[in-house]
Amino acid sequence: MKIVTICGAGIGSSGILKVNAERVLRKLDIPATVVAADISSVAEAAADAQVILTSIEFVDAIGKTFADVIVIDNYFDTAELTEKLDAALG
Amino acid sequence: MSLPPLPESAIVIGATADDWRSAVTLAAEALAASGAAKPEYAREMIRMIEEHGPYVVIAPGLALAHARPGPTVLQDGLSIVTLREPVRFGHPYNDPVSVILGLAIATPDAHLAAVAAVANVFNDSSAIADLAAATTVDEVQRIMGTA
Repeated sequence: MKIVTICGAGIGSSGILKVNAERVLRKLDIPATVVAADISSVAEAAADAQVILTSIEFVDAIGKTFADVIVIDNYFDTAELTEKLDAALG
Repeated sequence: MSLPPLPESAIVIGATADDWRSAVTLAAEALAASGAAKPEYAREMIRMIEEHGPYVVIAPGLALAHARPGPTVLQDGLSIVTLREPVRFGHPYNDPVSVILGLAIATPDAHLAAVAAVANVFNDSSAIADLAAATTVDEVQRIMGTA
């Protein structure tokens, strides 16, 4: 499974989301590759992804995709990440 | 995994900012003071938010001000600015912001280790409130684990 985290720069916030998503996925025992990317490369990065993790600001810009788009409000709240990833993938 | 450098010169406590632009500029000035970025990095950080919205407010009360690696970044570094009065960035859930974490990344390949260390600090849900309440540089460095 492939998960893409999206932010404006492709570093920083998407990196934090990647790191915390990987921690949560390990606890949930869900094998997945998590890739951080910037919004300008979302079409390419997410072409074969099942899930896109991002902020509410990027939902419109992500546009049409086959992936589940999951909006994360608090990037440091692993409980929120766990709940939303488990609901989508568990 | 270790945090990017957060020297005393990159920490500003109890600052006054009129709006999110001046708050982000303070975080950039702190990065410039520590030698992590050129003063022009402020414009890059502000442009990210103008282009993409207030997504940098990644947790309640905290903005991660950052831009891409580029010529205005001199070396990896962090800065921390706490505000006397919080400012609004226009985020639907996480406003208002009282702690701005400035991030300069010189080498994109190495950035994941740096942000993993940032996540380690802030996955503790009390870290943002503790930083906002900190009154000394020592206290900030202790919360960040850089003391």
